[in-house]
Parts: sequence; C-alpha cells; structure tokens
Amino acid sequence: MKYIYDMHQMMLKNNIILVYEGEFTQEITKSVLAMAERNMDSIGEESGIKRKVFNVMVECLQNIVKHGEEYISGEKQINTAIFMIGKHQDSYIITSGNPIRDELIDRLKDRLDQINSLDKEGLKALYKDIIKSGSGLTNKGGAGLGFVDMARKSGQKLEYGFESLGDGHSFFSLKTTVPRG
Amino acid sequence: MEIINLEGTEDTPKIILDKTNKIFEISGRSLPEDSAEFYQPVLDWLSEYANDPLPETIFDFKLEYFNTASSKLILDVLTSLEDIDNVKVHWYFYEEDEDMEEA
Repeated sequence: MKYIYDMHQMMLKNNIILVYEGEFTQEITKSVLAMAERNMDSIGEESGIKRKVFNVMVECLQNIVKHGEEYISGEKQINTAIFMIGKHQDSYIITSGNPIRDELIDRLKDRLDQINSLDKEGLKALYKDIIKSGSGLTNKGGAGLGFVDMARKSGQKLEYGFESLGDGHSFFSLKTTVPRG
Repeated sequence: MEIINLEGTEDTPKIILDKTNKIFEISGRSLPEDSAEFYQPVLDWLSEYANDPLPETIFDFKLEYFNTASSKLILDVLTSLEDIDNVKVHWYFYEEDEDMEEA
C-alpha cells in the first residue's frame, strides 16, 4: 500500500495538481480541461493566465489524441499517455508524455528546435506563414500550429526529451511553462 | 435559405446563420475533434449565400477560445466572406488575443 503514499508525496513535492494516465480521446480532453479550469477558478486565477494555460493544455491534449502512437511491447499493448499539470508559486507547468515511432524523432526535434530558436516576432511570422500556406489541414486534422501556439502562449522555450522504449518506439516528453503574473 | 442554428457546447461554438432575420454569428469555444468536418456546413452555407446575399451582411465573431485546428477553418470562413459584397465583420476579442488580427 506504500505506493499510494509515495505517489501522494511525489505529487506534493512536484506541486502536481492533476495527473491523467490512460487513453486519450476528445471526451477525456474535455474532462481534463474542465477539471483544470475548475481548479484555476477555485483559486481565482487571473483570466489572462487561465486562457494561456487552457490554450497550452488544449494543444497538448489534442496532440496526444491525434498523434499518440499505439505501441505493442511483447504481449502488452500500450496505447496510453500521461498528462500532468503542476502549479507553482510563479508558474504553471504543463507536461505530457506519449509513445511515438522512432522515425518521427528527427522531425519532431527539428520542429521544436526551430520553434525554440525564434523570438516572439519570429514565432508570430511562422504562425502566419503556416496558417496562410493554404495547404489545408494535415491528414490527422491538425493545422501544424500546435507547438508554435504553445510557445507563443507560454512565452517560454518548449522543453522536450525522448526515452527509447525499444521495438522502434520512444517515449516523447514535453514540458511547457506558463508564467503567472 | 435554410437556417443554421447550433447550440454551443463545451468544445463547439454557437453558430447562427439566418438570412431571414439577418443574424450571422459564431460565438463561444471552438476546439472540436474534427474542425474540418465541423466547419464544412458553414462553408457550404456561405458559398450558397454568396449567390444571393443581403444588401449588407454583418457577421459577428465572439470567440472566447479557439484551438489551432479551428483557426485555420475560421480563416477559411473569413476568406469566403471576402467574396461576398458589403460584408462587415465584427470581431470581438479578449485581452491579449493577437491571433487573427488580420481578420
């Protein structure tokens, strides 16, 4: 039974206010958003910050819904991901982790490094470029703007990492910080 | 012309396209699972409306929040409004919301 206590301690230590592990769908996305919103409302969070956090959460959650990869490890099928929100004195930390195919790592890295290399104006220009490119939505129904939007709304670099899961898959972790006030 | 009147939900906006009563409005939150599918009827409606529009069309956007996938489709809606004579777009936005300012 100790793991329950350990989990609780770990959450307290890292100021985590919400964790969801499991399958990600639009319905789950709505529930997670509603919980996080209620949490921010209950402490009277400022509306501008709330909007930013909400924004980042939506893009993050919908990324997982659209791109989270089913991954089969031996007998076990893993199609789950994790999403967490941490609330600190000076910031909200939105983190996610999900399996992806190894082939995608380079593309993701390039994309995130490109975004992290841009300043506010550069991000705005990139956003406009992509939205006006007229290429329509991707086959997954995304606009290709999620990371750019997360970087713009947070005003911070997007932190990321990959852990190999073997079998041609890796676990992609992403962390976005939204400053408070 | 038929009227489009959709109630808003927690992830889709309220939409009213009503030529008879001269109400054209998209408001609320837009983060549907499939934004292309969601906005297609709106785009279809507008392309039909463009054939025989009112002398003046006032289109209100009061979006509290939209995700990036919706932003692309909302831009498509704005683009199709450009093809209609004498359209006024009223864009209501929230503080610090700079996206889509070229509306």
